Amino acid sequence: MLRKSSVWVEAIRSGLIGGAVALLLCLVGMVVTLGQKMIISGVISMGQILVVAPIFIFAYTTARRAATKTVDTLLLGALAGLSSGAILAALIGLGQVVNLRAMFVNASPDLYKLLNFGLTLGPGTLLLLGVAAITGLIGAVFHLLPARIRSALSQAILWVALIGLLRDLIITVSQSWGLAALLVKWMFAASGLTLLGAIFLLALIGGVAYWRYGRARQTRVNKQSPKQKQWMRWGTLAVLALVIILLPRILGIFFSDILDNVGIYILMGLGLNIVVGFAGLLDLGYVAFFAIGAYAMGVLTSPELIATPLTYWQALPFALGVVLLSGFVLGLPVLKMRGDYLAIVTLGFGEIVRLLVLSDWLRPWLGGTQGIQHIAHPVIGPLDFGSQQMLYYVILAGIAIATFIAIRLKDSRLGRSWMALREDEDVAKAMGINHVATKLLAFMSGAFFAGLGGTLFAAKLSSAYPQSFQLLVSINVLSLIIIGGMGSIPGVLVGGLVLMGLPEILREFAEYRYLMYGALLVAMMLARPEGLWPEARRRLELHEEKELAPHEEPQPVTKNVGDRR
Amino acid sequence: MLRTWRQRITFTDIMIWAIGLAIVGVVVVGTVKTLQSGKYEPSVWLDLTIKGLAVGGVYALIAMGYTLVYGILKMINFAHSEVFMSGPFTAVFLANALAQSGFLNKQPLLSMLLITLLSMTISAVVAMLLERIAYRPLRYAPRLVPLITAIGASFFLQYTFRGLYGSGFKGYPTVNSLQGSWIVFGVQVYKVQAVVIIGAILMMVILYGIVQWTKIGKAMRAVSEDKEVAELMGIDVDRVIVFTFALGGAAAGAAGILYILLYPVVWFFMGFIPSIKAFAAAVLGGIGNVAGAFVGAMLLGLLESMGPNLFLDGLGILNPSQLKDAIAFVVLVLILIFRPSGILGERITETKA
Repeated sequence: MLRKSSVWVEAIRSGLIGGAVALLLCLVGMVVTLGQKMIISGVISMGQILVVAPIFIFAYTTARRAATKTVDTLLLGALAGLSSGAILAALIGLGQVVNLRAMFVNASPDLYKLLNFGLTLGPGTLLLLGVAAITGLIGAVFHLLPARIRSALSQAILWVALIGLLRDLIITVSQSWGLAALLVKWMFAASGLTLLGAIFLLALIGGVAYWRYGRARQTRVNKQSPKQKQWMRWGTLAVLALVIILLPRILGIFFSDILDNVGIYILMGLGLNIVVGFAGLLDLGYVAFFAIGAYAMGVLTSPELIATPLTYWQALPFALGVVLLSGFVLGLPVLKMRGDYLAIVTLGFGEIVRLLVLSDWLRPWLGGTQGIQHIAHPVIGPLDFGSQQMLYYVILAGIAIATFIAIRLKDSRLGRSWMALREDEDVAKAMGINHVATKLLAFMSGAFFAGLGGTLFAAKLSSAYPQSFQLLVSINVLSLIIIGGMGSIPGVLVGGLVLMGLPEILREFAEYRYLMYGALLVAMMLARPEGLWPEARRRLELHEEKELAPHEEPQPVTKNVGDRR
Repeated sequence: MLRTWRQRITFTDIMIWAIGLAIVGVVVVGTVKTLQSGKYEPSVWLDLTIKGLAVGGVYALIAMGYTLVYGILKMINFAHSEVFMSGPFTAVFLANALAQSGFLNKQPLLSMLLITLLSMTISAVVAMLLERIAYRPLRYAPRLVPLITAIGASFFLQYTFRGLYGSGFKGYPTVNSLQGSWIVFGVQVYKVQAVVIIGAILMMVILYGIVQWTKIGKAMRAVSEDKEVAELMGIDVDRVIVFTFALGGAAAGAAGILYILLYPVVWFFMGFIPSIKAFAAAVLGGIGNVAGAFVGAMLLGLLESMGPNLFLDGLGILNPSQLKDAIAFVVLVLILIFRPSGILGERITETKA
């Protein structure tokens, strides 16, 4: 196509896409469900943000792409917004004529009310169109703002939305903070922030972001002496460690339960990170090892299935042994497979394990559909780690050990062999890497951590059911390591907290969890395949062309040498 | 090779062969024991065979989507299971509306045609959107990237449809004229199963014809041979790829309607198991090969329907049909270990497997 379509047509098309995204969010039910979740009490809810955000974003991109005169840009933005609004208006109109609910369960009266601003059809639709056009206009204005203000404003808005969402958590945590608790109480309403609180936060965060813009943090750090820097680092670490240790006390029982789940997922993430991130073997049947760990612990410690049940610690070595063995056995057949085939075969393994556990055939040994109850939990002397708040420490210890092992492995001979295999198997083999042993060790170390997570999971619930070991567990773990950054250990921790923690805290989102994971995985691969907290090597690899772009001239070597002296 | 075969055998080869032999042993022992026990009449085996062929026909049509896309892009479209699900899950509304108005039983042929067309259209559109949004920007990315995108897209689609149509099961109306059975050469054949087998074969012939004898089919084969050269020959590669996705999607939509004739219930997760089996079938027949997909699917359908009774029953396993999905997975693993090129596939190099 040589003829370029006019910017106006482009704006309408972009607006229509934005409207379609908003429409999808409406029909999927997110808008209504989250309509109860207030961000600023009485002013705007999360549902409304979900409608407005795509319109805004597409209007903004239209304005950015057009690059014409100011007036034209504003008009383009408004036009894009208006076309988005038209789609939503069409939904309302159609909803009046046909009973859309017969097909789309979420096209409820609540949705129309939300889109109509609670008004009747005529004025409501007009208002909707007006708001959409204004949103588009604001999107265009946003593009015209200086970069510094734009960056500050967008950061402030994102943070305010996040703080509004996390109201419950913040209130719980800040209860014991004295004066700060009062400030927090003043900022929050029964649901979301108060208007004054939101304005205060917006100004505060926006101001800080504006002040910090362009000010590299590096300059400040560089002024300090190496000794000071070391002190700073140890200080931060000590504070962090203290917070982590006191976390269950701060958070209370409900949030500690969530914390345990997050911890178990992080443990599994660290393991899968070795298989997928380091060795590049995409394992979709990772849940198999989790299940084997949990069931091994169950079979060995539950009085239902064994005459002389062991304690948790007695059973642990056997359970881990079984998991290691299974990692070895499942790793063997897939040694020659790569990429897609490996993914599907491991997916099959995960399902086979689940089907076997579920079957009547193995029922006398594994409990069938009824699962296993009365699984032991860890006890050391007088300390009983049965409660959520106490089990947290065992999980924490597991994570600490796993992190240590993962960090040590990463730059070891084995770790470097894994990465070599990931980059190019044939070359790695030619360089004398024993690919059989290397791959099997990757599978086994991954299985080890998943199995450990499985035993803790069984101990936490004191039971194991086949329903807990579905494919979705593998997808959860995979999502968290990919979004955190494949191969990056801090990425796993961040990914675990964000992906596992947030949906648990924000119960309203729970239903749309996998919808968002799916969208996040796709968006991540399209926009930032290296993840949120990438490993340096991986980032280089994925942005090879950009790094080696011809217009970026290499730094003169002599200058660097001079600096170093 | 300077080394003799004895030196070339490694520890892993021995282990893998041991696993393979153990499975073959289980199959042989189980079969012999079952046949000796004489628990099942010959007519039972015939029923299972016909059922297996019907299920195999459905798998064959789904497998076409995998095979066509693999042939051209050398990637496995992981989200194909959702392409398959989207068609029948949407068409259920039309089917129920037709049943309520009584049109379905007055004009069964026309109604089923309409339902199938809707299902094919929806599936094709979903497949095309998928290609446009998720795969096209990543065509030259590292291998793992489109794969992860596909997994993400698969879950996104599943839960989108769950949000749109609800999380519950939805039933398809029964077609009165498809109830009961025919007697063919003294064998009782359920009408539904016969229709599914005939429909699947018809669709396969059409698909084969499109790939072999039309201009766009020729272009598809050219692109699958060599993308760059095809482009130099004046083929619009992007268009061919979109067409491939649409064709695979349409086949999956048709497969969806045949599937609901056998199991008349739809929900958002219905795509997972049939699709992974269809994938196994595509690999079994030789991925990238249209005829192979058909042969592999029929074989897998037979194995799956007869396997539990034939191999496992004799071993004294309770309720062996619970393990029929596991059989499909085991077949997939075995074929990938021992003959990754499949039955009809050409020898593929290790880099592709």
